Amino acid sequence: MKNFEFLFTAWMVVWAAFFAYEVSVARRISQVRKEIESLKQQLNAL
Amino acid sequence: MRLRGALTILIAGLMFFAGYAALFIAPDEKTMHAVQRIFYFHLPSWIAMFSAMCVVFYANVAFLTTRQRKFDALAVSGVEVGVLCCTIGLITGPLWARPVWGIWWTWDARLTTTFILWILYVSYLLLRGLLEDPEKKASLSAIFGIFAFLDVPLVYLSNRLWRTQHPQPVIAGGSNSGLDPLMGKVLLLCVVAVFCVMVLAYIDRYRLELLRNEVDELRFAIESRNTAAASVSGAAARKVS
Repeated sequence: MKNFEFLFTAWMVVWAAFFAYEVSVARRISQVRKEIESLKQQLNAL
Repeated sequence: MRLRGALTILIAGLMFFAGYAALFIAPDEKTMHAVQRIFYFHLPSWIAMFSAMCVVFYANVAFLTTRQRKFDALAVSGVEVGVLCCTIGLITGPLWARPVWGIWWTWDARLTTTFILWILYVSYLLLRGLLEDPEKKASLSAIFGIFAFLDVPLVYLSNRLWRTQHPQPVIAGGSNSGLDPLMGKVLLLCVVAVFCVMVLAYIDRYRLELLRNEVDELRFAIESRNTAAASVSGAAARKVS
């Protein structure tokens, strides 16, 4: 297949971009959830 | 949570099938051959980007008229997902252009307006990072978002209004436009797959923004209680003295 490397790179870019973005959002959600828990504990302690 | 997992697997499966169809089922294009198959993910990423930016525009207008923070959350989530789709389009485009045109990039009307669009929405995200006050941040970014949206129709119309290196539209173009029926079906499948991924990412990012709003509210509540406690203890100290 001629120019297959361009097709393969484009295909990998699409997958990698969506996958990396989903992982980054999931990480940020878990960090914010932890922050919410600690803030709730602080609020209850007051 | 189980439903969310099932949905992710379903959409990943749809993406795999769309990829398989784009690589093995779609007919070979006569002049460009294999590299033309980039089209099946290049065009859907732009359709996903345009859809996200239309929601952002609606959310920006809705925020300025109602002042509800959920619209600000909807807008910033859409910009982030839209920038992701725009970045994919801006990377897959040159990867297609290099073997076909012999160059990675040219400053024609379509490519230039698209690059400006990417810069505008990246600036939107940077602007939000610079502002501390949530109300000011939401208002200014809504105004900036409406201004940035002016470039969206310009990008869409650029290769219809001016002569560009970028090809003329193959769908909804002139009388010479159109696709092979099988190519059209595979393209439709890829559009649905990429659109579903975009919606999934959008929903997750929106959830994150709502959680961040909750953090702001909790911080405000702690600050209010601390201030109230400090004023009570100050008053008690004055009474004793």
